[in-house]
Amino acid sequence: MAAIPDLEVRTLAKRFATHLAVDDLSFSVARGSFFSILGPSGCGKTTLLRMIAGFIQPDRGDIAIGGRSMAGVAPNRRPVNMVFQQLALFPMMSVAQNVAFGLARRGIGRAERTRRAEAMLERVGLGGAGGKRTDELSGGQRQRVAIARSMILEPTLLLLDEPLGALDLKLREHMKIELKQLQAAFATTFVYITHDQSEALVLSDHIGVMNHGRFEQLGTPQELYYSPASAFVAGFVGANNRLAGKALAVNGSLVQLATSGGWVVHAHRQGPITAGMAVEAFVRPEATLLGRTSADLPPGQTAHAGEVISLLFDGANSAVLLRELQSHIEFRIALPQTGAYADLQVGARIYFSFDPQRAICFAAADAHA
Amino acid sequence: MPEAPAAAPWYRRLMLGLLLAPALLWLFALIVLPHVDLALLSFRERVAPRQYVASLAQYRTFFGEPLYWRVFVRTAVLSALATALTLLVAFPIAWTIAKLARGRMSALLFVVCLIPFWVSETVRTLGWMILLRESGVLPALLVHLGLTTQPVELLYHDATILVGLVYTSLLFMVVPLVGNLESLDNALIEAAYDLGGKGWSILREIVIPHAAPGITAGCIVVFMLTLGNYLTPTLLGGKNSLWFTEQIYTQFITRFNWEQGAAFGFLLLALSTAMVWLGLKVSGQRFSDVMRRA
Repeated sequence: MAAIPDLEVRTLAKRFATHLAVDDLSFSVARGSFFSILGPSGCGKTTLLRMIAGFIQPDRGDIAIGGRSMAGVAPNRRPVNMVFQQLALFPMMSVAQNVAFGLARRGIGRAERTRRAEAMLERVGLGGAGGKRTDELSGGQRQRVAIARSMILEPTLLLLDEPLGALDLKLREHMKIELKQLQAAFATTFVYITHDQSEALVLSDHIGVMNHGRFEQLGTPQELYYSPASAFVAGFVGANNRLAGKALAVNGSLVQLATSGGWVVHAHRQGPITAGMAVEAFVRPEATLLGRTSADLPPGQTAHAGEVISLLFDGANSAVLLRELQSHIEFRIALPQTGAYADLQVGARIYFSFDPQRAICFAAADAHA
Repeated sequence: MPEAPAAAPWYRRLMLGLLLAPALLWLFALIVLPHVDLALLSFRERVAPRQYVASLAQYRTFFGEPLYWRVFVRTAVLSALATALTLLVAFPIAWTIAKLARGRMSALLFVVCLIPFWVSETVRTLGWMILLRESGVLPALLVHLGLTTQPVELLYHDATILVGLVYTSLLFMVVPLVGNLESLDNALIEAAYDLGGKGWSILREIVIPHAAPGITAGCIVVFMLTLGNYLTPTLLGGKNSLWFTEQIYTQFITRFNWEQGAAFGFLLLALSTAMVWLGLKVSGQRFSDVMRRA
């Protein structure tokens, strides 16, 4: 039998006035793993995190940390520490005092505190910076101080509330890698909340995609990316082309659908769909092949024609935006790395196709409602 | 306008001068000039009718006469005590306004602190006298409740003076504190709590260091106001008040000894300057920072 999970949430719910922030949520996080809660702003992820930290009392349900129920346990008595969104380093203290703050609250003597704070700073690559003021540090260093300040208390669980949100893009990319390495080095369970799907995909062992207070899907980054369980997940995680339309025919796992402009495509069925239902299909930009003529495309796949409306050059992430000829629906296709289409011009006619097994079709959200 | 700062045209300097003129005039005519005159007054002695010589006699009298310097020290100590009490009372109020109350409630609480100032200080203090005098409301209530057998005189005690001074000063402490506490990021308090802090340690380690400039600013203002207050100690303390401003008043008005009064005035100025300097030294604050926060 597996070890007791570090975090176990059972039928947790929280309502603010009329707004249901967290709706009957249950999940568990295995020891030593990196778990992300991914969702748009207002999905309830911050409320969930603050309930785990103990700043908000749940209306219903229970949170167990390291197998111990946290009902009625104050935040300063939970084996949980939090890295705040704006880091919340204490500006009135030096870096070393910030790191030693938690130890001082536990009544550990000054000499021992200083020694352990210095060792912890060493561990996060800030050896010798203990005497500095927090505003003398760079954004990345401040982040490491915030993590060191929490990790020195050896929590069962470290909560991170979008700590990379305030950093600029380049530093964010760097800190992503650093966070992952720090988590691996400490082997502590991290619970990370973010609205940035790339952060969640890069960092996490498991991700819960949250929307309207519930998990739409809980799985590994690969599962979320390649087999999204719902239209919301397909649209939220990674870039995707969304084709809304009506199912013409359902043949086993394959759905034939027509978009509003009469463009007919095939996609893999996800969930119960019958002919005539409103559906949404999602096709990844990189799951699509380009061809200058329809003969360039694999023979088994349906060739579609489009007109280039925009070239989105972004190095390895370059893409072409085109308009399907019949329906005028915009469609994004990743450009191959070979540079074969470097000469592509706006207005050019181009052909494309995709494997129907890699296009996923859901019943449209309003069809359920 | 990149060239503007290099050489401000004459009309711009003139405009600046004109804009500052009323304030400068006021400062010079009503503060600097009278003080220069008072300083000159304090350093002379009347040897015969209409005959004066330069002398330190007025200051010598102060140090030679125990009543004078004892009242001086008493005023300083009571003012410091009143300042400390005001801080103790104002801090929870400011905390409530800045951190606990939201929106309209916060504004309403502020107004409640302001309301006493809609009434003139004299009327307000006379109101206190109605409440506290032997035949007043509060002694009658104490008798009615059986706490005292006969009405007690609640006026003319040091405690009464302190209560009056704290009441008068409260707003001047609350305002800088609210400003300061509002700027304290709630996440810092939560972080401290999250790291194992408790109420008292968070107050000592996070809140007070953050609010230090506001605390210092409030204390300076309240101390100066209290030290220079005349009405409240005189009315609530009566003959027992022995407040230094009363001594100054006596010298100028009753004794018509302007030289002595001027010397007392300068001693009071020196005292408040020294106390402010000391306060800044002890709290490790800089005057310019503190005044910006006030």
